[in-house]
Amino acid sequence: MNNFVYIRAENSQRALNALWETNNAKFLGGGTNLVDLMRERIEQPDAVIDITRLPMNQITELPDGGLRVGALVRNSHLAAHPLIRDRYRVLSQAILMGASAQLRNMATTGGNLMQRTRCYYFYDSAARCNKRTPGSGCDAIDGFNRIHAILGASSQCVATHPSDMCVAMAALDAVVRVTGKNGERSIPITEFHRLPSDTPSQDTNLNPDELITAVDLPNFPDARKSLYRKVRDRASYAFALVSVAAVLDVKGGRIQNARLALGGVAHRPWRATAAEQFLLHRPAEEKTFREAAELELQAAKPLAHNGFKVELAKRTIVDVLMELAGKAEVQ
Amino acid sequence: MDSPLAAHSVTLHVNGREHKLQLEARVSLLDALREHIGLTGTKKGCNQGACGACTVLVNGERINSCFALAVQYDGMKITTIEGLADANGLHPLQQAFVKHDGFQCGYCTPGQICSAAAMIEEFRGGAPSAVTELEAKDIEFSDLEIQERMSGNLCRCGAYVGINEAIRDAFEVLSR
Repeated sequence: MNNFVYIRAENSQRALNALWETNNAKFLGGGTNLVDLMRERIEQPDAVIDITRLPMNQITELPDGGLRVGALVRNSHLAAHPLIRDRYRVLSQAILMGASAQLRNMATTGGNLMQRTRCYYFYDSAARCNKRTPGSGCDAIDGFNRIHAILGASSQCVATHPSDMCVAMAALDAVVRVTGKNGERSIPITEFHRLPSDTPSQDTNLNPDELITAVDLPNFPDARKSLYRKVRDRASYAFALVSVAAVLDVKGGRIQNARLALGGVAHRPWRATAAEQFLLHRPAEEKTFREAAELELQAAKPLAHNGFKVELAKRTIVDVLMELAGKAEVQ
Repeated sequence: MDSPLAAHSVTLHVNGREHKLQLEARVSLLDALREHIGLTGTKKGCNQGACGACTVLVNGERINSCFALAVQYDGMKITTIEGLADANGLHPLQQAFVKHDGFQCGYCTPGQICSAAAMIEEFRGGAPSAVTELEAKDIEFSDLEIQERMSGNLCRCGAYVGINEAIRDAFEVLSR
């Protein structure tokens, strides 16, 4: 690992000042992605600003009934928190299906938002990668691309976003709170991560002068009827091939509200808005779910090795919605 | 701006003993323990957070010490495999791993045991896992729960049967 200047920030203003005054600086949270990338020399910051001692590790209730999750709340603490388990079960499930217990103890909420793709070509400095070295090309497009994107990719980049937490947050319409030179602003999580387009080196719409301070979860009673399912190559401790986060409210056999987000299929958590609109007011039955899944995956553009993801995504959507509809029947 | 090569004063409280070190910022907690303090019980397996051999406890919580910069953990309480035994002898998990052959080559064992020690505390504290029914009041300490909660520790010899038996046995001893 290249050496770097280490700066420990005691409060967020000092962290921001250090960021603004230092060239090529990175914030350090749990280190589960950044330290790895630095060791592989994919990231080579001149300075690392340790923000883990900032007072941003609380989960607090908002006046409107939502919750504010501090950017430094550890993934394990977030998943186990009684209010998250009760009100946003899809989020607890998603986090618990990510990484390992050790990594969840280290990883932070803000860091999870900022984690980078697990594309092998991004990690392999001998390969061409437009995300790592803009303009160099992409060895994944014609390479071994089994884990890559089927939706929203570009001719520059077919990487996927690896997070589970963010997929659940996308289904919940979470809002990312950030602060920077122009003060505070809020970014809907569905607009936080980017599609690759012709600038795949930019994963997010966070500006270089900004710090993530919290994620707000809106008051959303239907989120009690939610589910996360992750399909992967082994039963635990693996990234998603496809994952689905869903919220489904059914009354009198008809769908009153549906939220659907997919993981492992795109450069950002994929909010399935076409499927959601189709589901609304239709009967909560397998035929409806299948048609909604078909509609959402119409835009899929599989590569040489990841065509299986298209059918896998459809079946996982149907299965998750069937399970949620089944629970609605019982209630 | 300081030089990147500047040494940082780092105090680590390891197994109840204070260690004052001068470290470059890039030194991992794993290397600080092994190379600077001389506690080689904690093992370097993959050095990329994939195997769990480097698992240690920080303030009682298990982490991968390969991803931890030592300077980040200044002032914190670290427990390694060397710190689990006490005046009464080996920790119940260590005894159970011996009894149930919870290893073959032994390289993953310190990480397995440190991880299991924290895992049992997490379980007793009511923390859920990916296989836990979130609505359940009581969680059973089942094989499925053990396997899921221990999935961050790989054993390339494949001694998982003995590892699971050892953990279940030690859990019962610790629950008496």
